[in-house]
Amino acid sequence: MKFSIERAALLKAVAQAQSVVERRNTIPILANVLIEAEGDTVQFRATDLDIEVVDRAPAKVERPGATTVAAVMLNEIVRKLPDGALVTLTENGATGRLNIEAGRSSFSLATLPREDFPVMASSDYASNFSAPAPVLRRLFDKSKFAISTEETRYYLNGVYMHVSDSDGGKVLRCVATDGHRLARIDADLPEGAAGMPGVIVPRKTVGELRKLLEDDEMKIAVSVSETKVRFATPDITLTSKVIDGTFPDYTRVIPSGNTRRLEVDAAEFAKAVDRVATVSSERSRAVKLSLDEDRLVLSVNSPDSGAAEEELAVAYGDERLEIGFNAKYLLEIASQVDRENAVFMFNSSGDPALMREGNDTSAVYVVMPMRV
Amino acid sequence: MPALCRDCLTTFDAGARCPACRSPRVSSHPELFDLTIAHMDCDAFYASVEKRDNPELRDKPIIIGGGKRGVVSTACYVARIKGVKSAMPMFQALKLCPEAIVIRPRMEAYVEASRAVRALMDELTPVVEPLSLDEAFMDLTGTARLHGAPPAVMLARLVKRMQSELGLTGSIGLSHNKFLAKVASDLDKPRGFSVIGKAETVEFLRHKPVRLIWGIGPAAQESLEAAGIRTFDDLSRWEIDALRQRFGGMGERLWHLARGEDARRVSAHTPIKSISNETTFYEDTANPVILDGHIWRLSEQVSARAKARELAGNVVTLKLKRANHRLLSRQLALHQPTQLADTIYRTARGLFDQVGAEGPYRLLGVGISDLVPSKDADREGDLLDPGAGRRADAERAADKIRAKFGKDSIVKGRALR
Repeated sequence: MKFSIERAALLKAVAQAQSVVERRNTIPILANVLIEAEGDTVQFRATDLDIEVVDRAPAKVERPGATTVAAVMLNEIVRKLPDGALVTLTENGATGRLNIEAGRSSFSLATLPREDFPVMASSDYASNFSAPAPVLRRLFDKSKFAISTEETRYYLNGVYMHVSDSDGGKVLRCVATDGHRLARIDADLPEGAAGMPGVIVPRKTVGELRKLLEDDEMKIAVSVSETKVRFATPDITLTSKVIDGTFPDYTRVIPSGNTRRLEVDAAEFAKAVDRVATVSSERSRAVKLSLDEDRLVLSVNSPDSGAAEEELAVAYGDERLEIGFNAKYLLEIASQVDRENAVFMFNSSGDPALMREGNDTSAVYVVMPMRV
Repeated sequence: MPALCRDCLTTFDAGARCPACRSPRVSSHPELFDLTIAHMDCDAFYASVEKRDNPELRDKPIIIGGGKRGVVSTACYVARIKGVKSAMPMFQALKLCPEAIVIRPRMEAYVEASRAVRALMDELTPVVEPLSLDEAFMDLTGTARLHGAPPAVMLARLVKRMQSELGLTGSIGLSHNKFLAKVASDLDKPRGFSVIGKAETVEFLRHKPVRLIWGIGPAAQESLEAAGIRTFDDLSRWEIDALRQRFGGMGERLWHLARGEDARRVSAHTPIKSISNETTFYEDTANPVILDGHIWRLSEQVSARAKARELAGNVVTLKLKRANHRLLSRQLALHQPTQLADTIYRTARGLFDQVGAEGPYRLLGVGISDLVPSKDADREGDLLDPGAGRRADAERAADKIRAKFGKDSIVKGRALR
């Protein structure tokens, strides 16, 4: 195998691939990236056995072939090469090494045989559709903060992507929760997605997927089966197993009977929460919200370290209410609001609160209160 | 020579009997009223609590310990006469003393008795360092003016009150540092009161074996013996550097101890790092129903102790010992600290489900660690488990009932398995 490739194109492809490689793994081949040169393209393939990324880049292939080298090391080398360099990668059959040459630099890396590289089995995808990058970006960006890290409830360690009924008909919906907060984000159902099975997209996959979604003009090809999900652009294909579990019935969790309505400027609210939470000494920083006629007082009282209070002008016309929340959760949901005011719907101080942007129900958040 | 009657607390100047009450329980020592570091050790604590709570046992030999293959945790003095000792296998103890009554430990009762003793000690000095339920160091330096009496008198009064108010006896060691105070409390058990003064320290230690040092177990003893060190006298002949070289970090400490020196302070604030309870079964079991019952009961015990100390844990640990004595331990960090039996149980149960099939087991333990004050505990509910809040409320209500009507006034069916 021998090919030449522009450094920027190589870096982009290798960087993408190496990020799925687990830093600590016990199977040597999984630390490697599989390089395949054929025609006028080179493919870089990396996997952690749950996720597989394939990146394609144009190259001048002199001799087709394939081999595997350490992904992280290759990435480091390419990253340190000067911008604009032309890089030549040559497999040396005699030494079993891969030579990398650029200008006056040359490297020779140990390889492992391509036959040892585990290629993810293809799946029969039940559903194939195409979605604009910004749509997927919104679905996952606004939900991923609520993904759980709790190992015992592994089925919460991802975003539940599924088709659901909404007021305006069927929607493509992403839900994530860790039992303390929940995000439910809807998007118009893309053509061809109606029959899609609901899948739990793992946290790491969501992180990798995000890198495919930067380009606003990009259309992402999405394929879904019961066990796998695939996101593809012309250059990159990301295939991932989905979490084998049942996502809990989240609809029970979303309060429908909350009637006490608070409307507040989300940015002002977030800043105030952040300020008062500074004096909190505990790990879970609890902030108390005291609501009265068009008035919200945020307060923290931490006997060991101090107290803080801040008053905000808000729209609130219901009975007085005092309710506590983890400051981190309030900040996270408030930061999801970018166009209109944040609207909170409360019931009692012991019941979950709902938050949305204005009257837009395509993105709703639920937060569990805390005793304060 | 200053002297003190431990029965009527009269102080006087020497004599074999108290001039006031004629009691022979007199302590006299040249430094009696100058020494301030004390060690209090309850006498056969668990057994004493049992005898106190059940007077029928008073004159009978009793052994506290668990199971037919358990070990003796405490033997009363009647049983000790027959040769029964702590940590002795139960079958051996019963061979020595077949008429002994074996009693399963009632930790709650001991914890409560311990707390009562602690309360009395707290009246003497703010610097109380408990070593376990039944022993503690006290530093009474500078308390003489507050109490209007030297430490020795206050300590004698402490054991007197322990006996009259709590029905428990203890032995006091009084000296000028922790090491010697602990050695002293063991010299004259039960109901002892021993004093090691500065003047006689070296002479006192000279022919004593070095295993007197707390922390010198059989292994350390062996390596000391290999170096020709058996007594304090042997030890004191070594140069500090030679000891350092041979015994590393321990060497320096040994050099000082050889001279009866111990600079460790009595520290009231040794923070508790974890709370755990475990049980060894009568018979190995792999039965998940039985094991589940144990997980629940242990979780309840851990929870009760955490609640009593107003602590909560961020981490739950499950410990299992297989029939071949191999230990298996699993732990999980919680989202928020807890002191609820329900949460501890559910977490431990989840851990058990990950390993449970690898039984049979001979021992099971449940614990919490990474402790924080309980005001930060269990403040958040779980969206996906709406019942959790109600179970927590139920548990808190049950706690109130127990506080009022006793521990067994309300139990979960699960606890009966």
